[in-house]
Amino acid sequence: MRPAALVVAAAVAALCLAGCGETEQVVVYKQGKYQGKKDGLPWDNAPLAAGQRGGSWTKGDRASWEAQIKSRQLTQNEYKRISQ
Amino acid sequence: MARMKFLCDAERCIECNGCVTACKNENEVPWGVNRRRVVTINDGVIGAEKSISVACMHCSDAPCMAVCPVDCFYRTDDGVVLHDKDLCIGCGYCFYACPFGAPQFPQAGAFGLRGKMDKCTFCNGGPETDRSDAEFKKYGRNRLAEGKLPACAEMCSTKALLGGDGDVIADIYRERVLRRGKGSEVWGWGTAYGPGKPGATPPQQQPAGAKS
Repeated sequence: MRPAALVVAAAVAALCLAGCGETEQVVVYKQGKYQGKKDGLPWDNAPLAAGQRGGSWTKGDRASWEAQIKSRQLTQNEYKRISQ
Repeated sequence: MARMKFLCDAERCIECNGCVTACKNENEVPWGVNRRRVVTINDGVIGAEKSISVACMHCSDAPCMAVCPVDCFYRTDDGVVLHDKDLCIGCGYCFYACPFGAPQFPQAGAFGLRGKMDKCTFCNGGPETDRSDAEFKKYGRNRLAEGKLPACAEMCSTKALLGGDGDVIADIYRERVLRRGKGSEVWGWGTAYGPGKPGATPPQQQPAGAKS
């Protein structure tokens, strides 16, 4: 066999075998980061007027706001709300 | 730190759609957009009909957040998943990713034009000044900043829909399940009976006629 034919055969074989490679085909995802405007915090707002049933907390104090929200959540439990 | 969640008790939901109406009214949600809806299975089959109220579940690992190409989603300190409508391009990826069908798109034009995404905000508004007109127009009312809970949960007449910190509402649900002796199959062992060994014997069922 002539050398040129040998080279062509080797090239074709290499090309065919390249299809058997186990290259990584899974995309590596990059975790996105929020790009929008910054939101305010609920406890940084003053409580509503007493007539609007918003409960009371100290403006800027997260713990007092959480206590108010928790007490509001517990009103959903009718076993606690209504005397049995 | 609270993790705000909804929990709907299928044993109690009577498909009144009060939560849907409360949401629509409180947030002035436009025509064609349903932030919350009631899903019924076995409709009309006596004894087998169950309803559940569904909206955004404010997932701890939210798929909408993962797929958004413009990264317009964020999670608040209380675990509420919100988004910035100024960034949203209305591509609809979040709709395909969400297992609950929560993201909604207003159909504003005559040719099926898809507007910016709208979804349940846990009545926590969005990234505008809290309790401002701009926030209300874009996202609806910010009840958390008013010291209140979502209108849908607070309006629920049978208290089927509970909203609030996951631990607190799970405690409420657990007490309810223990009293009536059923319903654990809806939300799983942990929520219904607390931390325990799966497969252990559930509490005894109450005798017939007992108050549920």
